[in-house]
Amino acid sequence: MIALVDTPIDVAAVLAEVEGEQQGGVVLFLGRVRDHSQGKRVTHLDYDAYLPMALSEMQALEVEARERLGAERVALVHRTGRLELGAIAVAVAVAAAHRPAAFEACRWLIDTLKQRVPIWKKEWFDDGAHWVSPTP
Amino acid sequence: MHVLLFAGLAERLGARELELRAPLPARVSELREHLAEQQPELAGAVYRVSVNHAYAQEDDALTEGDEIALIPPVSGG
Repeated sequence: MIALVDTPIDVAAVLAEVEGEQQGGVVLFLGRVRDHSQGKRVTHLDYDAYLPMALSEMQALEVEARERLGAERVALVHRTGRLELGAIAVAVAVAAAHRPAAFEACRWLIDTLKQRVPIWKKEWFDDGAHWVSPTP
Repeated sequence: MHVLLFAGLAERLGARELELRAPLPARVSELREHLAEQQPELAGAVYRVSVNHAYAQEDDALTEGDEIALIPPVSGG
């Protein structure tokens, strides 16, 4: 399951996507909207995305996670538009035969998504806003 | 040619796409030169170029009908 959505992410549905009797390890990562950034209070976020390319890049990530890292089932869902504090911005679920591959693939997927997938985050503060520059 | 814009670049130009006068075919590096000449608002902007939904290299060729976009540093997640 690869998706960009403009409504709240349904975590139960994401987990259901990676269900399988051959997979003994399931790892779920959720990225949520934090109330602070660089010492300032964040009020909300906006996400922009280049939808067709983001989907294409996310599909490429899934393929690589399967072929190289042993992921057997993958769900990758990112939200777009305005998000309030605490909202889930991204969900990554990986199921594998055993936990090492599930942990490794999940970590690699979220790290690489942040480096490669054309999605952008704008942080809003009480006194302004800025598009976030990538952090290592 | 049409060029798609996102995030900070779209805000900077006040539009989600721009029209560029450039002969085709052209290399990505030549697209950058045309952009620098015709869109002074882009001065200093850091971006990669995508062609048909894939990141392009500087010497890749752009041809008629390609979907071209400027991709500023991404920050999803």
